[in-house]
Order: sequence, then C-alpha cells, then structure tokens
Amino acid sequence: MAADSLVLLAADLAGGRVRVVDLTHTLSPDFPPIVLPPECGQSWPFRQEEISRYDDRGSGWYWNNFSCGEHTGTHFDAPAHWISGRDLPNGTTDTVPVQNLIGPACVIDCSAESAADADFLLTVEFLERWEARHGRIPTRAWVLMRTDWSKRTDPVAYQNLDETGQHTPGPSSEAVRFLVQERDVMGFGTETIGTDAGQAIHLKPPHPCHYYMHGAGRYGLQCLTNLDQLPPTGAIIICPPLKMLKGSGSPLRVLALVPG
Amino acid sequence: MVAHDDVVVTAPVTVPYSRYSVRNAHWFCAQALAGLLQSSGLPKSEIDGLCVGSFTLAPDSAIGLTQHLGVTVRWLDYLPLGGACGVVALRRALRAVQSGDAEVVACIGADTNHVDSFRQTLESFSVFARDAVFPYGSGGPNASFAFLTAYYMRLYGATREDFGKICIAQRDNALAYPNALFKKPLSMREYLEGRVIADPIHLFDCVMPCAGAEGFLVMSRRRAENLGLPYARVRSTCERHNAFPEDPIQMRGGWVLDRDRLYGSAGIEPCDVDFVQTYDDYPVMSAMQIEDLGFCEKGAAPEFIRRHTFTTEGSFPINTCGGQLSVGQAGCAAGFLGLVESIRQLSGRNLARPVPNARFGLAVGYGMITYDRGLCSAAAILSRADA
Amino acid sequence: MTAPFTRPKRKNPVLRTRLPLPPPGARSRAALGLSAAAAMGKFKLQVCEACRCVQYPPREACGSCLSPRLRWREQDGFGELLADTQVHLSQEPYFRERAPWRIGMVRLDAGPTVIVHLHSACGPAPCRVRVGARLDKAGQGVLIGFPVDEVANMADDRQLREMTCDPKFRKVLITDGKTAVGQALARTIIAAGADLVWVGQAEPWKRSAGLEALSALPQVAIVPLDLTDSSSVVEAAGSIGGRVDILINNAEVHRTYGISARNGTDAARLEMDVNYFGLLRLAQGFGPAMRGRAADGAAGATAWVNLLSIYALSNFPPHGTFSASKAAALSLSQALRAEMRGSGIRVINVFPGPIDDEWNQPLPPPKLAAEALAKSVVSALKDGVEDVYPGDVAQEWLARWEENPKVLERELTA
Ligand SMILES: [Zn+2]
Repeated sequence: MAADSLVLLAADLAGGRVRVVDLTHTLSPDFPPIVLPPECGQSWPFRQEEISRYDDRGSGWYWNNFSCGEHTGTHFDAPAHWISGRDLPNGTTDTVPVQNLIGPACVIDCSAESAADADFLLTVEFLERWEARHGRIPTRAWVLMRTDWSKRTDPVAYQNLDETGQHTPGPSSEAVRFLVQERDVMGFGTETIGTDAGQAIHLKPPHPCHYYMHGAGRYGLQCLTNLDQLPPTGAIIICPPLKMLKGSGSPLRVLALVPG
Repeated sequence: MVAHDDVVVTAPVTVPYSRYSVRNAHWFCAQALAGLLQSSGLPKSEIDGLCVGSFTLAPDSAIGLTQHLGVTVRWLDYLPLGGACGVVALRRALRAVQSGDAEVVACIGADTNHVDSFRQTLESFSVFARDAVFPYGSGGPNASFAFLTAYYMRLYGATREDFGKICIAQRDNALAYPNALFKKPLSMREYLEGRVIADPIHLFDCVMPCAGAEGFLVMSRRRAENLGLPYARVRSTCERHNAFPEDPIQMRGGWVLDRDRLYGSAGIEPCDVDFVQTYDDYPVMSAMQIEDLGFCEKGAAPEFIRRHTFTTEGSFPINTCGGQLSVGQAGCAAGFLGLVESIRQLSGRNLARPVPNARFGLAVGYGMITYDRGLCSAAAILSRADA
Repeated sequence: MTAPFTRPKRKNPVLRTRLPLPPPGARSRAALGLSAAAAMGKFKLQVCEACRCVQYPPREACGSCLSPRLRWREQDGFGELLADTQVHLSQEPYFRERAPWRIGMVRLDAGPTVIVHLHSACGPAPCRVRVGARLDKAGQGVLIGFPVDEVANMADDRQLREMTCDPKFRKVLITDGKTAVGQALARTIIAAGADLVWVGQAEPWKRSAGLEALSALPQVAIVPLDLTDSSSVVEAAGSIGGRVDILINNAEVHRTYGISARNGTDAARLEMDVNYFGLLRLAQGFGPAMRGRAADGAAGATAWVNLLSIYALSNFPPHGTFSASKAAALSLSQALRAEMRGSGIRVINVFPGPIDDEWNQPLPPPKLAAEALAKSVVSALKDGVEDVYPGDVAQEWLARWEENPKVLERELTA
C-alpha cells in the first residue's frame, strides 16, 4: 500500500499533478539577520568568500567558503535552541528524528491582519475560526503563519525596527499553548525573523513560541517565503536541517508538495 | 730617487668625445691606453704604473682594468675624484716616479655616457646627495651651482654678461680644437637668451655630459728625452679637500689655503702664468678660481673679467681648447682636460691656436659636489721644458 | 600671500590619466630619522650628545667631534635663505613634470646649511625663513622653507600641496556614517572644502538619526558598505572606487572584554572581521584604483586614513581583544603603506585614546570627543602627517611607549 502511494507520488510529480513549491529565501549577505543588543553574542550573517574562480587560485574551478550562524536566512529551530528544551532527548539537528521532518502543513492566513497591524498576534480564537472553515488541525501537522512578510523585499521594512525594537507579527502565548497541548503540532513556521512576534519579549512568558514549542520538543521554521502559494490544507512540507553535531538549528531548504 | 724637478708629463691623449656612447668605460680606458702607447712609442710592458679616474667602471675599479687591458704594473691607483682627478693623479704619479715605485705611469680619466647613465651617476653619487639633494629636484649640480651663482652675483655684483664673456671666449677657443662637441660660435645674445635651467643658470652656463677619455704619461725627464718625447715640466702642485667647512655657502675653494706654497715652489708669481685652464663646470667657478688663485682679490673677478680677454690670443687666456663648456664633460675625463691641454700647449704639440710664447700654464681641478659644494680643489703649474 | 587653489577643471576623459611617479625615495638609514620625525609632523635633526653640534645631512658620526651619539632633536627651523632658484630642467621625471620647481639654500640658525623645497611666499634671498619637515610623495621626509609669518592661503602653495593631502575640492569616502565619529568626520571634512563625501552604511535596518541628518547635506551621498561582506566592498569599490581621493576607514567594532571576561570568540572575531579583515577587504577593493589615480590632476587621489587606537601600540587588557584587532590593523596598514608608497598615496594612521562613546562609557575622562578626533584627522591630511595621536591620553601613552614599551606594558598590566 505505502509502496503504491510512493509510485503514485512519483507519477504525480512527473506529471505535474503534484507541484513542488520552494519556501526558501536565497542565502545572501544582504538578507537581514536577527538583531540583538550589541553586548549580546551575535549570530554571523551569511558571508561568502571566493576560494577561486578559474584563476591563479585554482585555474579550472570556482568555489566559495561561506559562513553564517545556525539561525540564518530560512532556517530550522531545534528544541535545544531554547532553555526550555535543553534537556530533551533528540533535541539537536543531528539527533532530530527524520520522520518528523516531513508532514502536512496548515497555512493560517494572517496577511490582512498583519498588513493592518505589524504587531498582530495570532490568537486561539483566530485559530478556531480557521478550523471552523478548514477543519481541525491534525496531529503532527506543521502550522505555518502566513503574513506575506516575505514580500517586504526592503530589508528595512522587513526588519521593521524602531526605538522600541522590532515590530513583526507572531503567535500569542495562548495560541502556542493551544497548538502544542490541544493539537499536538510538529512545529510552527513564520515568514518573519523569529517564530515569535517582534515584541514577544513583553509576552508571558517572553518568546512563548520558542518557550513552549521547544519545551515540548517541537520545531520552528523561520523566514519562510511563498506561503501564499500553499493551500490552507493539503500540502506536505519537507524540512530537514543540516546534520550538524549538536546543532541548535540550521539554514535549510524547505519544500512543499502541493496538489495541483 | 728622481728629483721633483725632473719628473715630466708627456703624451697628451684624447679619445674623441661623443654625447652618448654604447661603449662602456673599459672601452674608453683601452682607447686611451692605446693612444698613450702610440703617442709615446712605448710597448705595453713598459707601463709599470697605472692611475685611473672614472665613475662608470663599476663594478670594476682600476684593478679589474689591469686584467681587462692586459697590463702588469707595480703601482696602481684609482681616483674617482671627478674634476680633481687629473691633478691628483699627476701628484700621485709624480711621487711614484720620484720615489722609484714606477718608471712610466699612465694616467687616464675615462667615462662613458649611456642615455640614462648621467641620472644614475647622480643618483648614486654620494650618500649626502642622495639624502639631501636629489630629493629636491635639482637632479644634478645645476641647482647647487644656481645657488652659488645667485649668491655670488648678489654679493659681488657679477652679471650674466660677465659669465657670458668667459663662455663666449671659450667657445671661440673651441672652434680650433678638433675634439670639441660644440663647434658653432656663440654670441652674447645667444648666451643671454639660452633657455633657463635653474635661474640664474641658463643653457650655456652648463656643461654637456658626454663620453670620452683623456690621458698622459708621467716619467723622468731623462726617460722622455731618451724616447724623444716632447714634454712639459711639473713645477708645482697642490690639493685640498673639504676646505672651509664652516662657510655657509661656498664662495672660495681650498686654493686659498695652498696658493702661496703653489707659486712659491714653482718659483713664480701669478703674473708669470701665461694661461689658466680653470675647472669650468660653471662659469662662476672660473670666476672664483681667478680670485682664489691670486689673479685678483676676492670679489674682484667681475671687474677682472670686464678688463680682460680670454681667447688664446687674449690678455688672460682661459681654457684654450674650449674647456668643458665647449668640449663637453666626459665624467672624470673632465678632470684631465685642462692638464692634457696644458701639456699640449707647453710641449709644442701641433696646435691650431697656441698661446703665444706660453712658458707657464696653470691647470685647475675642482669637484665632487657630494652635497652643497665642491669638496676637492687642486692645481698644477706646468712649464715648457726650457722655462 | 599665496594664490588660492581654485577648483580644478573637470578631467578630460579622452586623455590618459597621468601615472604616479614618485620623487627620489632612496635614503640612507641615518636619513630615515628625518622621515620618521616628519611622519609625525616634526622637524628633527641629529644633535651630537657630546658637543651639541647640529648635523646635516644626516650621518653616522658627529662631523665635529666624531662621537657616534647623535640624537634626533626637534628644531625650530629658523634660518637665513642664502639663495633660491627655480629649477626648470631636472633629470628626475617627477620634477620634470612639475617644473619649474622652487628650491632654496638655507643657513639654519642652528648651524648647518640645508637645501629645501621653497614655499612660494618666501624670499627672494636674502631673507629669514622657517624650515619645516614634511613627507613627500615618496613618503620620505624632506625639508621645506616657509615664510616666517603666516600668509593667506599658505596651504595652497603648489609645491606644498604635493606634500600634503588637503581635502579641498577632493572626494572622500568615510566607511561608516553611523557613528558619531563618522558624522563628525563628514562635517569637518566638508567644512575643509571637500567636494563630495560618501558615507558608508552597513545594516541599513538599524536606523541612525545622525546619518539621516547628515544625508540631508548636499555634499553627502550614502553608499551601502559593509566591511564584513566582501561582495559589498567589491560593489562599492566598483561603483565609486575610481573617484575616491581620500578614503577614511573609521569603521570599527569595539567590545570591551579581555580574555576571561568573555567566553568564546564571537566578539573578538567580529572585531577582527571589521577592524582587520575589513581593512584588508577595503585595501583590495579600493587600493588599486586609488594607486592609479595618485597623480590624477591637482586634486587626485591622495590619502588613506585608518582609524586605529592607541591600544594598537600596547594592549589595554580590559579591552584586550579590541586592542589585538587594532594591533593587527596597524600591522596591516604598514603593509598597505608600503604598497601605496610607490604611488604617492599617503597612509595615515590615527591612534586616538578612548573616544567618548558608549563603549568607553565606564572609563574616566579625559575622553576624546568625536569632533576633536575629526579635527585632528583633517589637520593630519592638511599637514600630510603619517601618524596622529589625538588627545591627551594618546599623547601620554605615546610618550610612555616611546620611552620604554616594556615599561608601558607593565604599567598597563598592573
Ligand atoms: Zn660632536
């Protein structure tokens, strides 16, 4: 039976009946990294240094060295990223069970609300309204919060910083608890820098999405794009991080299989 | 031992000058030595002393030349003293012959001039020049002599016309000298209108660097007479280095310290001198030498110049072959030019323009501007054999 | 008075850019003492410790008493101009291109006779002059005769401008416009007559009110520039590198940790990435074009300024990793200076003491205000000085360091 479905999938992919949507931003030096106070440790932005380009440094080949933090560009948050998930088994990029990295996606469209209010918080009520329309969020699902934030190509607008910090949408503390405890989701994904809202340090607890998701051994995906090309339900995402020893996260390529 | 009075100079030789040469200094030395042998009729084996002045032999010096030229000598000297090397070579050779260290000394001043070699010579001329002159754009002695000339003119009221008079007379002398590079008469108007090099120095105040060689032989009078060589006698010589270091700017040379002895041992007075071969790298130096060697008081040269004429037939013949200003400055050969011309004048060589009845001649050496002034001053009084 | 330097005509784009030819740069080891002093804006000559005789040209032993104990000591430079000349024809290509060139012979009151480049406002001889030392386009010390009394537009003398890097009518890149120092630099250099000032902006999402105010000035243009990003440096160099006459690299990261106060290498690496590798990236990106334009007209490329720190001389342990990164930058800037010297581009290193900014907040005064630092940078450009130590703290450290670097190290580790 399972074998049959894979054969079917292959045929559907070949026939275009299943489309593959890339949910990943290009890793580039211009892509803004997370901003923390300068006295904090800093995540390296993505940087590329040429090793050789068919020249005296290597006549027949082109390649680069690159460097970046684990949480750069479109990236994966492992449970060990947060203090609440520090002692969980299989909480780092090398040990996360690969079975967890492919699963159904529920896309919650908050784009209108985010456009109206950069500090928009996704609430339980909002989720229940979504379920009323699209059905209950299944167990082990990846819940993706669509805000169209990825369409802000100007890094200044994307970061949206002012003197009180960053202003980007995210989930409320209650919504996260609801997803983890009531719906048993696999992970939560956003288009912004952080699975939490820009002002989430003022929530209870601070950074609830990081706190509860990782505390429960669940994952985060950030800086996603093209969520507007996914149906509310029915897509499957594939999101394996690099297998780095004891990694807290990793830049990755996130793909979605979409019927169509 | 040979008596001082019995040492003579003979066989004056000039290797024709050229503005530039593809030959190196060794070639010019070889030509000079060949000329000395030919002129004296001596075989090479008879030359037992060699004294060479050159700036462009590097990395060789006189010793390398012995092998290059195939001469075996028992006395050797190397004197890269520029404008003083002729007189100083004569002094050294004279003592060698006198003391019996050598019997026949070949003295040669030779330098080549490639397209860029003048600049290179300047660049490596001295540590002081490299540190404290060359970076100031003077690019050679022109600017140093511009300072001296300007100061001299201001102090003693000399005019450009005064200097022009010397230059024009020398050019006139050069017209009869076959090896001079400048063969066109020079008018005062041309002199005054010559392009400015470093004011107040204009084009015709400057010598032209070139390639060439000069040489002569030093031997005992008996030897010269046995060989049947016409010669000139060496009556007196002097040299002085780094005289008056306390002078803020050079307005006098070391001759001032030595002139009494110079004339005294020659047994003559300045008025007995029939011609002077000044070291004329710039006309202001001729003026200073006229003063410092006792022909007039310090500062009186402008008036002296106005009073005298300087061609071979003139009242005070100067640089009878044209001097460096008209013949060219072939590096260290320039330090020999006046001596070689003096030997010719005093040994009855076939000259187009002899100084009438010349008995005593004075040849002056000066040079080595390693910083702000010429460090060497030298002079030799020669006489006719019968004087 | 000196004729004021007026805005050079726009370059004819059809003509070949004149190649930089330095004046003669060879010096004896002894003479390098003059260059070393001139690099710091001082005129020093060797003075015999035994007989007090002042020496020139530089030498190995006293010309009077032969003592080898010659010390470089500052001179007031007063003297008498004995003679002066305009050199119209030189053997040296540098001076041929710039003929006529005025030089003079000066008898210093201190004793020696010196040959000097002569300021146009001097003379004619005889007259009193004051001799000073400057660095020439070969980066070597030379002497200049100045008029005793200040005249109008003194800095505009054509020959003097060859020795200095006056910002007047020049185009300047300031690599970081977000700091108070960067903004003060921009304003000061505009006040000094710069035509155009590009200010670098990294991480545009971090707003800077100061930079926004600065960008309202007509002479200011913002250029994206992040020294940690090679591609950003290459892009900036590609777009403006061929026009920058003065580059002021003020971008720096300053963290206030020693070794044990901060685990890991992230802060130290960031310091190195900007302070050291940033300079390397800039030098590779902007160096070649600047070298090529070092003789490009009367206001061509002229100077490269590195904002270092007095801590580059000796480590200040509470800011240990920062000190190390500045020491690395100092070392690299010496290599840059060597590579630039052939062209005549001056590399100026600035060694300020603590700047009055947030990273030095806990340090007691005196601290250097951004405006004071900017002023000293512009003065260094105008004077053509190579090493600048602005502020009281820097001066004190320098004095201690010159006296005995090992003692200074002990003092700092006490
Ligand atoms: Zn002494």
